[in-house]
Formats: sequence, C-alpha cells, structure tokens
Amino acid sequence: MIPLQAMAIALAALFAPLVVLTRDLVRLTMAASLYAFSLVVLFVILQAPDVALSELVVGAVAFPIVIVVAIVMQRG
Amino acid sequence: MTRRVRLALFGVSAGGLTALMLWAVSGLPAFGDYHHRYGILLNKVAVSERHATNVVTAIVFDYRGFDTLGEEFILFASVMGVALLLRDVREDAERPRDATHSDVLGLVGIGLAAALLVLGLYVVAHGPITPGGGFQGGIVLASAFVIVYLAGEYRAYRRLTPHPALDLVEGTGAGGYAVIGIASMLLGSAFLHNFGPFGMPGTLASAGSIALLNIAVALEVSAAFVLLFTEFLEELMDTRLETG
Repeated sequence: MIPLQAMAIALAALFAPLVVLTRDLVRLTMAASLYAFSLVVLFVILQAPDVALSELVVGAVAFPIVIVVAIVMQRG
Repeated sequence: MTRRVRLALFGVSAGGLTALMLWAVSGLPAFGDYHHRYGILLNKVAVSERHATNVVTAIVFDYRGFDTLGEEFILFASVMGVALLLRDVREDAERPRDATHSDVLGLVGIGLAAALLVLGLYVVAHGPITPGGGFQGGIVLASAFVIVYLAGEYRAYRRLTPHPALDLVEGTGAGGYAVIGIASMLLGSAFLHNFGPFGMPGTLASAGSIALLNIAVALEVSAAFVLLFTEFLEELMDTRLETG
C-alpha cells in the first residue's frame, strides 16, 4: 500500500462515521455526498475509474438529490 | 430492556463482530495481490476478442451481459413501482409556475445543462473505449434535465420531459437490451452473444453489440432517473398546493 492509497482509505474512514453521527437530515445528506466523494477519490487511486464514475453520479449526485427532494416534501 | 442490558448486549455483539472481522481480514490476500484467473484471462483477451479497450464495459455488456440484463430490469421494475404508487393518486393537471425566477440562474442553468448533455453523450458513446458507459452517462444525461428544473424552469422541465416520452424511452431502453440479445439468437449464436461488427479497437464504431447495449442502457437509465425525479417533484408540488 503506497501512502496515497493509505491517505484515501483514511479519508473514507473519516467521513463514514461522520455520516452515521450526523443527526440533522440536510447535513446528513451533505455528509453522505462527501463520503461518496471520498470513495470516488479512493476508487480513482485504486485505478478503478469505471466504479469511480458510477459512485460519483449515484453517490455524490443522484442520491443526495433524491434525499433533498424527500426532505423538502416532508417539510411541505 | 434497560439501558444497561442494551449496552451490555451491544458490547458483546460488537466485540464478537470485531474479533470475527479481524480474523477474516487476517486471512485476506495482501493488498494489491491479485490472482483471480478469470480476471487475468479477460484482461488479456478482451481487446483482441471484442475490440473493446475498456475491459470493464466488455465484461458488463458482453462476458457478463446477462447479469446486466437483470440489473436493468431491477431498475425498470423499481422505477415503475414508484411511478405506479405516486402517479395513481393524482390527476395529470398542469402545475403552477414556480414563484421565484432569476435570469442569471436561468442562464447559468441552461449553460450547465448543455455542457452536461454533451458530457453525458460523450461518456455513453465512449463506453467501450474509455471509463464510463451507458449507466454513468445515462445519469449525467438525466442530471442535465434536473439542472433545467433547478434553474427555476419548472414548465420548461415538464415540457422537455412529458410522461409518455419518458415511459417510451425507458421501455425502449429496457426492451431494447433484450431485443439485442434475441437478435444474437436469430443470428445463430447464444443469447446476448456479441455479433459484431467489431471495427478498429479504440474507435467509436468498435466492440460490436457492446456499443448498442451501451446505448440501450443509457436510454433506460436516463429516462428512469428523470421519471423518478419527476414523480417525486410532482408529489412535492401537490403537497405545496394542498398546504397553500
């Protein structure tokens, strides 16, 4: 494992508990998006660009949009 | 159950799980150590056999094409379920315009949407050549439409994405994948077997039916995501109308 890979794994490990520990729904969505982005970085560093692209469009963009719309719906 | 009992239960199970995980991780091959024969084989033959320089796409749409058929139908079924649940309870009337409107936001939004549209088409078309493909490109295409909505143009968004067109595109994408599979059978080989023509590796017109399946998936995924977003959005508009 080279230092860059270790750093990317550490970044993902940092954001994952952040998602679990955040209580406010809007912040949670942003944290989830950030966590997905840290996974994108990890996948790129591990030379899996296809998976990185999927994670980027689904985890960092599509999923937060659906959640934000759901939150707005909930609040009316 | 009291707090103490719950904590004790959590402690025991968390400790046990940690021990089991550590045991499992200690038995894993070293980081970056790869001995999977199938993967190594595919890495060697994909370019010469299928003329697809992106081996991942060759696996997803060819060597493991049948799995992708299932995945596509999962997406199709789930989005159809959402549409059935949400569309049933409301009448299809024209929704009112959003109250806020900003020319700057509109201009930036349209510019972004155009760029996203081109990027999406690029990612889809280059699926067999570079990282990306129908799935990723399809979501990028869908987000171009979502940007139109975010720019404050709800009416433009609805005009661009009428329900019948979305349903048609989604169905064509999902059905098209199966039809391409059946086409290989009509040509005398197995279901979803790549029937070519393979073209020059590294060019847009290469990899045979992988490119076609790629486009089918792009249609399905982009329409499915736009449909999902539209259904949620209309539900939201209804809630707003009811609460005033």
